[in-house]
This record gives sequence, C-alpha cells and structure tokens, in this order.
Amino acid sequence: MDLRKKRLLEAKAKKIRYLTMDELGHLGVGHVGGCLSIADVLSVLYFSEMKIDPKNPKKEGRDRLVLSKGHAGPALYAALAERGYFDPALLHTLNQPHTLLPSHCDMLRTPGVDMTAGSLGQGISCAVGMAKAAKILGESSYVYCIIGDGESQEGQVWEASMAAAQFKLDNLIVFLDDNGLQIDGAVRQINSIEVPGRRWAAFGFHTFDVNGHDVEEIEDAIEAAKAEKGAPSMIVLHTVKGKGVSFVEAAGVKNHNMPITPEQTQQALRELA
Amino acid sequence: MANQEMRAVLADQLLELMAVNDKIVVIDADLARANGTLKIRDAYPDRAFDVGIAEQNMASVAAGMASYGFIPFIGSFTPFATRRICDQVTVSISYAKSNVKIIGSDPGITAELNGGTHMSVEDIGVLRSNPNMVIFEPVDAIQLEQAVPQIVGYDGPVYIRLFRKAIENVFGPGYRFGLFQADVIREGTDVSLFASGIMVQESKKALELLDAEGIHAELVNIHTIKPIDADAVVASARKTGAVVTCENHNVVGGLGSAVAEVLAERYPCYIRRVGIQDRFGQVGRLPFLKEEYHMTARDIAEAAKEAVALKRKPERDNLLNCSRTHSDHSESGLKS
Repeated sequence: MDLRKKRLLEAKAKKIRYLTMDELGHLGVGHVGGCLSIADVLSVLYFSEMKIDPKNPKKEGRDRLVLSKGHAGPALYAALAERGYFDPALLHTLNQPHTLLPSHCDMLRTPGVDMTAGSLGQGISCAVGMAKAAKILGESSYVYCIIGDGESQEGQVWEASMAAAQFKLDNLIVFLDDNGLQIDGAVRQINSIEVPGRRWAAFGFHTFDVNGHDVEEIEDAIEAAKAEKGAPSMIVLHTVKGKGVSFVEAAGVKNHNMPITPEQTQQALRELA
Repeated sequence: MANQEMRAVLADQLLELMAVNDKIVVIDADLARANGTLKIRDAYPDRAFDVGIAEQNMASVAAGMASYGFIPFIGSFTPFATRRICDQVTVSISYAKSNVKIIGSDPGITAELNGGTHMSVEDIGVLRSNPNMVIFEPVDAIQLEQAVPQIVGYDGPVYIRLFRKAIENVFGPGYRFGLFQADVIREGTDVSLFASGIMVQESKKALELLDAEGIHAELVNIHTIKPIDADAVVASARKTGAVVTCENHNVVGGLGSAVAEVLAERYPCYIRRVGIQDRFGQVGRLPFLKEEYHMTARDIAEAAKEAVALKRKPERDNLLNCSRTHSDHSESGLKS
C-alpha cells in the first residue's frame, strides 16, 4: 500500500473514532469499547474496499456490510456520516426519540445500513443469505460481516459458518473483532473461542490473522481473501477494546457500555484531534 | 382435487408461481421430503435448497435474501418454525419487515405419532405477539390454492400453519378467498362457531348435531388469525349472542384468545373455547387425540349448548357450572 493511501486510511480511522466519541459523548453513554475497536476496519471498508454510492444507498449490485455485533452501530454511523451518507450533524441524534440512529443497527431507519442487527448471532446468518442471494443474481459484489468474539459464543454463528462453507460463498468476507472482552469478563475465561483462526479453518473458511489496527494489514488480508475462490473468508482482527482513547482502553472490561462525562468527551476529542 | 395432500397443493402452487416470478426461493431445514417441497429442487436447483437442521440460520438467511428482493418460503414442523426460532423470526423477520413466508407444518395434534415434542400447541400464541406478522391457517386444498398467490403478492412476513395430508374439502368451486376476510360457511342465528384449520371440518359435523337439537349455529372460518377480521367476528356475535371458538391449538393465546380480545372490546358475550386446554400433546392418531383433547364435533356441540344456555340465563350459578365442566378436563391442576 503506498504511503499516501495508508496515511489517508489512518486519518479516516482517526476521524471515525473522533466522530464516534463526539456522538457517544453528546448522548452521555454508549457501547464505546466495541465501537472503537472496529474503527480501522470500517475505514478500510468505507474508504477503500467497498463498491458503494453514498448518494444511492440502495444501489443494486453494491457491496454490503452486516454489522452483526449491532451494538457498535454508533461507529458505523460515524463511518457512514464521514463517507457522505448523511449529514454528520445527525450523529448528535443518536438514541433520541424517533431518531434515524438507534443504538443497534436498523435497516429500516438509517441510510447506508444494509441489515438490521442487535440480537447477537443473527447478522452473520443474514450475511450468508445475502451472499447466497448475490450469487443467484450473478452479482460480482461482496458481502462483508463483522462479528464479535463474545458474539461467537452464540450457536447461530456456527450454523451460519457451516452454511457459508457448504454454499461455497467466496463472496462473503467475515471479520472477527477479537478484542478479548465481553461484559462479564474476558472471553477466554467465560467461553473461549481459542484459536479463532483454527476454528474457522476447521469450518472450511480461508482464514487470515491481522493486527486489527493496521489499515495496511487489513486491506492486504481483504485482497488476499478476494483472490481465494470456493470458500468464504474469515479475517481475525486482533484488536484492543476501546483502542484510541486512553480512558476507554484503561476501563478494560467496563468499557462495553459506559457513561461518558462532558469532560471525558473533551479529553477524547483532544486525543483524537 | 378432493384428495390431494395439502403439502402437494402448496408445492404445486409454488412451482406455478416460481415459473413466472424469479424472486421466489424455497429453503428447507432437512424437511423438504416431509413438506413436499423436495421436488421443487428438480425444477429450480438454484432457488430451492436446504440449510440442514439449522432452523435459526434458515430464518436469518431468508431475511438476508429478502433484503435483495427475494421472496423466501422457509419451512419446518410447527415447533421448529416458531418457538425454536422465535428470536430470529422476531428480529430478522418481523422487526426488519423481511418479506419471508414461514411454513409450519403438522400443527397441533396433527403431528400424531411424533408426539408431544413435535406438537406445537402454542405456535400461534407465540407469533400473535409479533408485530407485523400475518398468521394464516388453511382449511382445505381449495382455500390453500387461492391463498398462496395472495401470500406471495402481500409484502410482509406471513406464517402459514399447514396441515400436511389430505383433508375433506369444505369450500366449493365458487369460493373466492380473501387473505384478510373471514368466511361465513353456514349462516345461523343461535350461536357462532368460529373455527380454524381442521376444526372447521369438525365444526361442520357439529352443525348437524346442533341442528338435530333445534340449535341453528353459524359457522365462520377465521383462517387468518392475525390480523383478525374483527368486523366479521363482531357481526356474527351480534347476530347470535353466543360464541364458541374451535382451534387445534392451546385455548391460551390462539384463536379463542384473539376472538375474546375483539369481543371484550366491541361486543362482550359469553365465549366457550374448544381446543387444547393448556396441555401438552402426546402420541396418537387423530381420532384418539380428538377424543383425548375434547376436540370432537360432540365437544363443539356441547360447548355451543353451554354458550346458548349462558346467553339465555346469564346468572352467576350458571356460569360457575359451565367453568367447572371445563376444568374437569384440564390436567393443569388449576382451580376454576
């Protein structure tokens, strides 16, 4: 990846983090940790990889994203706003009455959201259906899906994974936000999915392991995944929950859903300036 | 047509519609053979397929396909198409308004030898609380044949509660089906029988028993329990003043409850609910199970007579006598 592009994608990831903290800080509470951990993959997807048209969110033949860990909606909204799907001013309406931006992704409300998610494990199944639909229609599009490591404790994730391999959905690229934490503690201590790459390989996926905060590694993995045919791909993103904001990272397991004071918001925005 | 299995009618309808509508897809969870949809794969190998014994995945996969403009039909036995996948139906399908049609086969006691685990007595109850869900239970092949194209034409989630085998036709060649209109099968004056599914055939026999006793009952088929044709329910109740509901489902949460809700709001009158009295199912053939669960024509006629008696003499003593009769039948141990 040439340096200019890398700097651009890093800047976009930082901007996504900035907009997310502003959005959540304005509300005063939210799923901060899991939003910040996926800022980099969102940058690569929305500013490099995905074939999309912000002016035409329902364009046929487009690439689609399913944010199966739907509680990270605020991060997706930040990416969509930055990409031009809607006015960034809308971000301050997060979770307000009659908002277009609810905490969990809703395809009926938000321009640019391709699938409703929030009940963990369902989004990846929907993504399998979407990839299958794209194949039947003869599209050359890709379906991307982001799942959480805690979410992978849901059985449906494995039903979906079996089906993805069975149907040879090489137009499906799944990212695992492997940030190691869930609400009640560390994933490893509650119900481990070690080693995720090996598990998905056993389920018939092409698998890749990358630093989830390195835009170049993420993009290289996506390109490698696209080159593979005949099977779906799993890109394991090794991430830090809360990455990019000091006090969110420091909060550790408490950062899944936490209150944010105005002072903290200002501090975060300074760090991300 | 008289002896064609319902599942064959459904499959034939789907094949006809798929020939002109390339958006229809059929997804099974290893029960295509049982539900009669297996042959669709010969004609449309890319649009009819299996996901294996993974019903939750089936529901959300269908929702994903619907987001690309497809009209997926998914299917399994009633319990696995509803209560087992309740969250997926609720979020991926109802909440997202995905245009998915859910086939639940072998409803209530018709699961026969598959027994209690396979007899979903609560599937309608589960789905009735699901906003956006349409719930339809066909009576016979004639009704089903007209229903499928209307269901395809309707934009939104639909649950089809399907008796799989062959059943006596209730409707005739002149019948015109409306998805959201109840059908008056026989007009009457003394008591209204609101029936669905296999209990319509049973209610028809009850009409004769009641006629012989000088009670002229009206039989209405409420084939679509949600949204219920409330005007038809009220119109009939207004005529007769006494109501019996007849369903192959728990009397808690299904047709009886839906009718009671409508009448309590708009035209209160005494109701007797014939159906599964809050019990689980068990193995058996239909004749035995109908006796066991008090779902025979005789039971319907008895309930009708009780409702009529209440109407004519609506005193507290009378009311207590009637409710004691039904709690005798219940295994639940609940006091009346």
